[in-house]
Amino acid sequence: MKILVCISHVPDTTSKINFTDGDTKFDTNGVQFVINPNDEFGLTRAMWFKEKQGASVDVVNVGGAETEPTLRKALAIGADTATRVNTEAKDGMQVAKELAKVVQDGGYDLVIAGRESIDYNGGMVPGMLATLLDANFVNNCISLEVDGTSAKAVREIDGGKESVSTSLPLVIGGQKGLVEESDLRIPNMRGIMMARKKPLNVVEPTNASAETTSASFEKPAPKGDVKLVDADNVGELVNLLHNEAKVI
Amino acid sequence: MSVLVYTESDKGTFKKIALEAASYAKAIADKMGTTVTAVTVNADDTSVLGNYGVDKVLKVNDSNLDAFNAKSYASVMQQAAEKEGAKVVVVSSSADSKYMAPVLAVNLNAGYASNVVEAPSNTSPFTVKRNVFTNKAFANTTIDTDVKLVGLSKNAFGVVENSASATEEAFSPSLPESTVNVESVDKVTGKVTIADAEIVVSGGRGLKGPENWGMIEDLADVLGAATACSKPVSDLGWRPHSEHVGQTGKPVASNLYIAVGISGAIQHLAGINASKVKVVINTDPEAPFFKAADYGIVGDAFEVVPKLIEELKTFKAQQ
Repeated sequence: MKILVCISHVPDTTSKINFTDGDTKFDTNGVQFVINPNDEFGLTRAMWFKEKQGASVDVVNVGGAETEPTLRKALAIGADTATRVNTEAKDGMQVAKELAKVVQDGGYDLVIAGRESIDYNGGMVPGMLATLLDANFVNNCISLEVDGTSAKAVREIDGGKESVSTSLPLVIGGQKGLVEESDLRIPNMRGIMMARKKPLNVVEPTNASAETTSASFEKPAPKGDVKLVDADNVGELVNLLHNEAKVI
Repeated sequence: MSVLVYTESDKGTFKKIALEAASYAKAIADKMGTTVTAVTVNADDTSVLGNYGVDKVLKVNDSNLDAFNAKSYASVMQQAAEKEGAKVVVVSSSADSKYMAPVLAVNLNAGYASNVVEAPSNTSPFTVKRNVFTNKAFANTTIDTDVKLVGLSKNAFGVVENSASATEEAFSPSLPESTVNVESVDKVTGKVTIADAEIVVSGGRGLKGPENWGMIEDLADVLGAATACSKPVSDLGWRPHSEHVGQTGKPVASNLYIAVGISGAIQHLAGINASKVKVVINTDPEAPFFKAADYGIVGDAFEVVPKLIEELKTFKAQQ
């Protein structure tokens, strides 16, 4: 089984979010970038397929050279090779089209992506990619087993979960549950050394066009201070929620 | 030319997000000087949609659509959009709609903007404001394609009454072969889900153990709320994963979010920030949640929560 894991290069959750150039660009100054958490759960599940079922695992990112340390981290975790499509990621459709080319050229059976990236939160690349490839698609995937060309997956739904059966080729939008937080791997020194020697292929884009343009950004209005209620006067909270906030 | 909206139902009854999506579609239709057409799948009485601005209902009834299937539902919406010549299609942010929308976007060659929080500021170019960086910022995004697909954030636009009388038309689209088949569904019944809840009551490690969750459930019961928990609580196995809210868990966009014994790690706050009013109850006045909350009580949850339940019962009895 050939697995491709899509890796988004995103600001660490604790990053301060600011914009530059007249609020048209994300300010990367001082920002620490990481593997998108939803993708990391998928990558870790892919490692299980590699170790238990002999799958090969490659990783891919659509982005500039600045995303390479994030791909190297994925290699250090255990991926075999990395591919970077050398173009700025503009929107979901453009990224999906670039990824579709990589999947077709590489002949992958299973593509594991995260349900959404924590930067632009589009939540659309996995579904678009599956549809462009005419592959099967399971979103919000919290469990995945593959046996030959058949697959069993569990999808999180509003208020519960749903078990589905499907087959390869398959694209999933994965999330926590594919593996647990405690299963995530911190690259060790050997992994980091080996990652330096693994192939990181840079391929030129197909120049797929974007369909949406994020022209400007803004931050939410600053929030007022918390209104504290005395622990001995809990009734006041009920009063405030009813008369002031009007939510009960 | 009309604005097309997918109005989701559960066991034949429309979800609140469906009425919100219809209200939103009406706002767009007014700006564009056109009408609203809703698509329903296996819904019973569709007349209620008229109260939210829907002019026409394409009613699909097909037992092959009893279980949700992204490919089939996207095909239904595509055929409806083509039949109506719709240039704008609106869906909600339910798990099902978010599953279907990217498939539909490819089928319709439509640019897709998700997590949209307001009516378009302009319809040419078609410009919407959407949540990005997990509720830490907004992007003003134009959709540059001929057909536009808008995914509306939950509880952002609100349900707006707009009296019209909807005409109903039976619609029987052809369905693609299903290659992802539902084997079983494990869904909590009789409880408010986090996705649908107006109020969410959430517990953290400050509750010391799963045996203390009774008061969280009691508080949720008196408020008609859903229960949720922080990541450490689900990692420790005190509560099921399905209750974990936060960046890697479920997003919450309720009217009221009450956090009990949750310190407010940035990953947690990112997931619940779209809630309108936030209340924190915590012994530690330095807990970061107090910076994110609208109302707070510094105190021991084991004393405060039972008192709060009593006060709420008294309040509810007077209503």
